[in-house]
Amino acid sequence: MATVGIAGYGAYVPKYRIKADEVARVWGKKGEAVSAGLMVYEKSVPAIDEDTATISVEAARRAVRSSGINPVDIGAVYVGSESHPYAVKPTATIVAEAIGATPDMTAADYEFACKAGTAAIQTCMALVKSGMITYGLAIGADVSQAAPGDALEYAASAGGAAFILGGDHLIAEINHTVSFTTDTPDFWRREGEPYPGHGERFTGEPAYFRHVVSATKKMLEAMDTRPGDYDYVVFHQPNGKFPLRAAKKLGFTKEQVQEGLLCPVIGNTYSGSTPLGLSAVLDVAQPGDRILATSYGSGAGSDSFDLTVTEGIADYPRNHLRRMLENKVYLDYALYMKHRGALK
Amino acid sequence: MREVALIGSGVTEFGELWEKSLADLVAEAGITAIMDAGIDGTDIDALYIGGMSAGRFVGQEHLGSLAAEVAGLSDLHIPATRVEAACASGGLALHSGYLAVASGAYDVVVVGGAEKMTDVPGTEATNILASAANREWEAFFGATFPGLYALMARYHMHKHGTTSKQLAQVAVKNHHNGTLNPKAQYQRKISVEDVLNSTMVADPLHLLDCSPITDGAAAVVVASVETARQFTDQPVRIMASCHASDSISLSERSRFDALPAAVSAARCAYRQAGVEPTDIDFAEVHDCFTIAEIMAIEDLGFVDRGQGGPATEDGLTARDGDIPVNTSGGLKSKGHPVGATGIAQIHELMLQLRGQAGQRQVEKADIGLSHNVGGSGGTAVIHILEAI
Repeated sequence: MATVGIAGYGAYVPKYRIKADEVARVWGKKGEAVSAGLMVYEKSVPAIDEDTATISVEAARRAVRSSGINPVDIGAVYVGSESHPYAVKPTATIVAEAIGATPDMTAADYEFACKAGTAAIQTCMALVKSGMITYGLAIGADVSQAAPGDALEYAASAGGAAFILGGDHLIAEINHTVSFTTDTPDFWRREGEPYPGHGERFTGEPAYFRHVVSATKKMLEAMDTRPGDYDYVVFHQPNGKFPLRAAKKLGFTKEQVQEGLLCPVIGNTYSGSTPLGLSAVLDVAQPGDRILATSYGSGAGSDSFDLTVTEGIADYPRNHLRRMLENKVYLDYALYMKHRGALK
Repeated sequence: MREVALIGSGVTEFGELWEKSLADLVAEAGITAIMDAGIDGTDIDALYIGGMSAGRFVGQEHLGSLAAEVAGLSDLHIPATRVEAACASGGLALHSGYLAVASGAYDVVVVGGAEKMTDVPGTEATNILASAANREWEAFFGATFPGLYALMARYHMHKHGTTSKQLAQVAVKNHHNGTLNPKAQYQRKISVEDVLNSTMVADPLHLLDCSPITDGAAAVVVASVETARQFTDQPVRIMASCHASDSISLSERSRFDALPAAVSAARCAYRQAGVEPTDIDFAEVHDCFTIAEIMAIEDLGFVDRGQGGPATEDGLTARDGDIPVNTSGGLKSKGHPVGATGIAQIHELMLQLRGQAGQRQVEKADIGLSHNVGGSGGTAVIHILEAI
C-alpha cells in the first residue's frame, strides 16, 4: 500500500480568553469547584470578526506556508465543523480560494459534532492513497456554541487546525486509521436552534468513553501495539478530565497525554480539539516518535490514528502552538457575550 | 384476616442503567423474585406494581398490564394493578398486596416497584418529582423537593440544635454501608468534609445530603403464612403493614420537625405487630435527604424527638450500632428509583432476616422495619417483618 501521512500542519486559536471563574461568577457558582470538576480553567473566545471560516483560513495558511507545498497541488479541501457560518454555502470554498488552491480541486464541508475534522483527514488519506489527488487539506475548526448558563459554557471555545495529507514530503506517516461509530444521541442541535442540547451524564460512559475506548482498543489490536509503545497520545477533549480518564482506562499514562492536552487552557474547540492536540504534539515530536490520536464526535463516533514521526520534522518550521497561546487577552462576561454575538 | 408472609424477593442493579428500559427492569426484578420464591407463573393470582411517574419519565402508563406482559403472564388474564403514591408507591403496592392476601381474596401475589429516571435531563427529573408536592401551591411557586426538605432541616436545626455535621453523618454512614452492597449506585465511601464541601443545593442541604436520580426495580412475592412453606424454607412474616396520609402541602402540616403521617403509621404498625420500638433489630428508612433519616428515627421512636442528630453522630444507627439503619446504603448510596424504593427496602429486610446479606449482615436480625415516605410526608407506609 502507498505511504500516506502529514506533509504539513498549521494551528490557530483566537487570542481572547474568558476564565471559568468569570463565567461562574455570573451564574452564582464556585469557579474553583467548577474548574476542578471539569479541569477547565479558561477558554478561547473568537474575536468579533472571527468565525469558523477565518479560523480555518488562518490554520490553512500556516500549514501551506510551513510545508512549502504549492497550493495548486492541493486537490481537495474539506472543512469539518459544527459551526459553519452558512447553513447552505461551503466554508471549504472560502478556504480554498484564500490559499489559492482553486479551481482545479474538489471541496466540501463536513459535520460530525467534534470529529468532523478527523473524518476530513480520513477522506484525504483515501484520496491520496487511491491516487485521485496529490495533496489534500483537512481542517477541523469551530466557534462552538453553548447556551448561557449551560454547563457547556465553561468549555465551549474556538480554534482549529489544518493538515495537508500527502504521499511525500511527510513529517509524519499515518500507519493506520480505524473508526468506531454508532447512533448514540448524546448531543445535538436541530436546524434553526441557536444552542445545542445534550444528554447530561449520558454524554459520558455510553457516549464519549465507549467510543474513544473502543476505537483505541481496535487500533491497538490492529497494530498489535501496547499503550507503552507510544510516545504521545491525544484524545478528544470536551473537558480536561475525560481524556485523562480514557487514558487511565486504556493503560496510558498522564505523561503520554499531557503534551496534547490543551483543554484546561483553551477549552473545548470541538472539531478543532483532537486536531489541535495533535498539532501541539507535532510541535515537539522528534523523528521516530510514535503518536496515537483518537477523536470523538457526539452522535457518535471515534476515529483513531497511529502515526510515526519522520526525519522530515527536523526541517519543518514549527509554529509552536503553546507559545502562541501565551499571547492572550482576557474578557469579562459582558465582552464575552458581545464577542459571541449575543449583544447586537 | 389471614397471616401473610413474603416468600421471595429480587432487585436489579441500581444506577444509571442506559442499556435497560423500564420494561427490562420490571422483567428482571420480577423474574428474580419469582425464582427466589420457587413459584411458577401459574401460581400467581395477581400483580401489583408501584411506580411514581413512568408516564412522564418514559411516556409509559398502564404499568399493571405492562408487568403482566413482560412476565409472560398475559394469557392468564390475572388482575394487574399499578399503585401510585409518589416515592411511597412501592411500599403502598406491598400494602395493597398484603391486604389482598390477608383478606383471602388471593393466595399468591407478586408485588413490584420500578422507576426509569435517567432518560430525562436533571431539570426535568426535578420537575417531575415536584409533582409529588402540591403543584398549584408549592411547585408552581418554585418549590422543589430539596427546597421543601431544606425548610424542614432548617426548622429542625432551629428547634433541636441539629447540625450540618450531624446531617452529613447520615450520608457518610449510608455510603459506608453502600460499599458492601453490590447492587448500590454509589459504592464508595465519603467523609463529613466531602458532604460539607459539596455544592449547596438548598441551604442547608448539600449535594451529598441528597439521594440521587436512579434507574431500578425490585419485586417480592407475597403468600399466606399457611401456604408459604410449600414454596420456601425461609418465609418472612409480615407482622404489620400500615399506611397513613397527611396533607400533600408542607404548609398545611401540624408540625415541621416531624412527618406526622410517619408517626401515625408507626403507631399503627407497632400496635398491629404487638412490638415496641426497642424490639426492632434494624430498619430501612426513607433517607431521600439526610434530614429525612434524622426525622425518621425520631418518628419511629428509636430516639426521642430532637435526638436524631446526636444519636447518628454517636453511631446508634451504624451497622454495628444498637439499631442499624439503612444497611443497604439507603436511598442516599443505594440509589432512589422512586417507585422501586419501597420494595427495595423490603428486599433488604428479607436478606437480613434470612441471613443472606453477606458482608453487611447485621448480627441480630429477627425483626426489621421499613419506612417509606411519599412526597414531603403526604404518605407514609411502614412494614414490620420477622423471620419465622
